[in-house]
Amino acid sequence: MASKQITPTRMELTKTKKKLVTARRGHKLLKDKRDELMRQFLDLVKENMALRQKVEAGILSANKNFVIAKAGMDEATLNTALMAPKQEVNLEVGQKNVMSVNIPVFNTTTRTADVNDIYSYGFAFTSSDLDGAVKSLADILPDMLRLAETEKACQLMAAEIEKTRRRVNALEHVTIPEAQETIKYITMKLDENERSSQIRLMKVKDMMLEEAHHYSERQ
Amino acid sequence: MYKIAVLGDYDSIYGFATLGLDTFPVNTRDEATETLAKLAGGGYGIIYITEAWAAELKHEISRYQEQLTPAIIQIPGISGNTGAGIAGVKKSVEVAVGSDILFSNQ
Repeated sequence: MASKQITPTRMELTKTKKKLVTARRGHKLLKDKRDELMRQFLDLVKENMALRQKVEAGILSANKNFVIAKAGMDEATLNTALMAPKQEVNLEVGQKNVMSVNIPVFNTTTRTADVNDIYSYGFAFTSSDLDGAVKSLADILPDMLRLAETEKACQLMAAEIEKTRRRVNALEHVTIPEAQETIKYITMKLDENERSSQIRLMKVKDMMLEEAHHYSERQ
Repeated sequence: MYKIAVLGDYDSIYGFATLGLDTFPVNTRDEATETLAKLAGGGYGIIYITEAWAAELKHEISRYQEQLTPAIIQIPGISGNTGAGIAGVKKSVEVAVGSDILFSNQ
């Protein structure tokens, strides 16, 4: 650690040793967190992909149905039929804590209890294709809600995994080696100081003896 | 109490109104940006957006990525599936794992 100025004292040594212990523990905990997050993420993302494929296929076929329905009647009638929706969906957003990542939990309540209460028009002026189209869209809605939940959770967890991985790497490759090197440097410096003062004392002792007994060790 | 919004061109989204979702048809980019900001700040927990508009509003959407709500979810519009939704899922795998190990062959 030549680049950083370290004062080689015992206090600094104790401090660095404590820092190393903390860094090691943090590293272990974060590594565990990363592994567990990753495990849960992989499960969730597989579900996310399956749901997305299902929802996209569902919406595609619903769209086709709507096109057919639209072809069977004029636009004004269609717009009137869909103008005032009967149903209303309210969303409650809860939170779930997964390894300190807050992921949303969506709960929906519909205004009327009957799930089939989706046809906001009388059946007299609209084609039956429209009923089918609306129904096909209504069928896909629960999956769409679940998709929103898992996809958001996946995004949040992915961001958290990335952050945790950075932290683990920073501890593993920067903080811990740095602390180890500092400890090594300070111990060496302290040992060196001790040796040099020992030699100095021996030297002084020799000189004092020489003075007192009037003999010379060095002939 | 939150609500659910659907954002996109009128033809792609008018059906969702019957289900009780709030639909917001948009035609221009400015309109879409404004509507999205309004929805995100105004008590909507989930915003479904058509893939075509999501591609236009990429920058705006990325701002809400790390927030709990709103969840902005791409859905295919009437013009067909552009694959952007699937790409989004793959991207989150890439962010988490480093490379797409799960769906790279799809």
